[in-house]
Amino acid sequence: MDFTFDEEQREFRAVLRSFVDREIVPVAREWEQEGRYPTQIVAGLKRLGLFGITVPEEYGGLDLGPVPFALVFEELARGWMGIAGILGSHSLSCRMIAQHGTAEQKQRYLPALATGERRTGIGLTEPDAGTDLQGIRTTARRDGDHYIVTGTKMWITNARHADPLPCLVKTDPHATPAHRGMSVLLVDAGTPGFTVTKDIPKLGYKGTESCEVVLDDARVPVENLLGGAEGRGMQQVLSALEWGRVNIAARSVGIAQRAYDEALAYSRQRMAFNRPISDFQAVQLKLASVATTLQAARLMAYWAADAVARGRADAETGMAKIFCSEVALEAAIEAMKVHGGYGYSTEYEVERLYRDAILMSIGEGTNDVLRTVVAKSLVRGQARVG
Amino acid sequence: MKIVVLVKQVPDSGVERTLRVDDNTVDRGSAGNVINEMDEYAIEEALRLREAHGGEVTLLTMGPEKAAESIRKALSMGPDGAVHVLDDALPGSCAPATSKVLAAALTTLEPDLVLCGSESTDGRVQVIPHMLAERLGIAALTGARKLTVDADAVTIERQTEEGYEVIRAATPAIVSVWDTINEPRYPSFKGIKAAKKKPVRTLSLADLGIAADEVGTAGATSEVVSHSRRPPRSGGAKITDEGDGGVRLVEFLATEKFV
Repeated sequence: MDFTFDEEQREFRAVLRSFVDREIVPVAREWEQEGRYPTQIVAGLKRLGLFGITVPEEYGGLDLGPVPFALVFEELARGWMGIAGILGSHSLSCRMIAQHGTAEQKQRYLPALATGERRTGIGLTEPDAGTDLQGIRTTARRDGDHYIVTGTKMWITNARHADPLPCLVKTDPHATPAHRGMSVLLVDAGTPGFTVTKDIPKLGYKGTESCEVVLDDARVPVENLLGGAEGRGMQQVLSALEWGRVNIAARSVGIAQRAYDEALAYSRQRMAFNRPISDFQAVQLKLASVATTLQAARLMAYWAADAVARGRADAETGMAKIFCSEVALEAAIEAMKVHGGYGYSTEYEVERLYRDAILMSIGEGTNDVLRTVVAKSLVRGQARVG
Repeated sequence: MKIVVLVKQVPDSGVERTLRVDDNTVDRGSAGNVINEMDEYAIEEALRLREAHGGEVTLLTMGPEKAAESIRKALSMGPDGAVHVLDDALPGSCAPATSKVLAAALTTLEPDLVLCGSESTDGRVQVIPHMLAERLGIAALTGARKLTVDADAVTIERQTEEGYEVIRAATPAIVSVWDTINEPRYPSFKGIKAAKKKPVRTLSLADLGIAADEVGTAGATSEVVSHSRRPPRSGGAKITDEGDGGVRLVEFLATEKFV
């Protein structure tokens, strides 16, 4: 049983920690409150090569395995979860293109995506379909050498920067089961009829845009059909989701770690009754509980990442995402309690952690729907516990 | 252009450091070991020169086996390769002995330019560039806050307390830099991966034609004979305002030469 990172992973983590501590932590609170786009931080992510973490080396990427992939998201989220968002859907989309794209699509997009010169996201969710992806209404009708795409996508991270934005569509709306008629189209920025119509106002997860995107008779060339064959979209998208859950589990660990760090530091310097409040058992109990569940969450996130490296891991990634996201929220709330009144103030970090933590249980498959995924896997005997 | 950067592994200055009880040399086992901070600025400057003028950047380190970790970390910033002078006789070398070893290694590397940090955070003697210049018969331009290279010459702005001096010398030359010269880059992930495959050549004293008794504690020209802990800080001056607090504060600052 070996719970240690290898040497390369430790070096990645050391660089990331230093980057996050110097470039993200000092500005996160102010920029988040100003609603400022973190352009300089994105430039730093580019220099580190982080836009290429899921791009194969032959296209200039780093081709990281799931464990170092998780490390990246844990560390970024420790600084500011919104920054992890900028890299999250980009990385999943790159991986999907690398896995399922045609040779020509990979050559066309991946080298520039690896450097961050091009960026991307994923267009799945719609106003009336999130968890139930087979219920999407966006359609793509073939017209000569183009598809005519009509529909609306919601909650699209990076929509204003994505080029291309892969969108899940129905190329055959009448197919049964529905997934057989679903495909992914790589929609280039500037495609006529493709418009980012609004930025959705939100409680947290700031720094990156979450948008409504309208496809109004958008003309997408046939060569932008991911993989070159219709009917594979659902499978292509689902293959990205295990990594997506690892991503959210790792972000949750990052948030929980920061909540713990803030609570511990504050408890040591805040005085009451002539003693630092860390001397009081009521505060100690909170610190111990947060540290314990945080460490359990970390082990679970990396266990799930390791499971993905070994093969199919629906249940493991589902469990990790559920558990870690709940730990993140609990850690943020406990850290606020340790801070007392200041925890509720926007002059301190923990209120942002609280606002960001809530999304972790909603995004990338709600925890409830993931519980059903985990249960199915257990009942069918595909996954075992114990 | 062939650039060699001198890199030293030092005990982390961010944690408490000590000397060894038995021989009063730096205890390299107690604290974490890192690249001497000022050397990172020298590496960054070398990489910028390579980007502007082409050529190659080689790191040169003299140090124990553990220094290999720092060499690899430094390589992840982007240099092409490294030379590690490693020998059981080296620990405890004084500055003249260190310069003898480094000069011998530099002679084999034939650089156009040698860059180093202005001081190391452990020894802080600041004499190595001068000693190397003397041994190699080249110019030493020390304390650079800016560096430019053209045809066969190097020009620096030498940082002084009052401002700066412009110094120019023919290459090959050795330049030491301060942390005002640039902002060192973070190693990229690709750089970390690539660093493992970069050549690191190990040289022994025999390879350099230096006898064991010329270096180390045996050949040291100076010796630390004793050491003791810095006394704990005293409480400092407290000024109670009795209507003249401001004046007394200014007087204090003036006496201590803060203003």
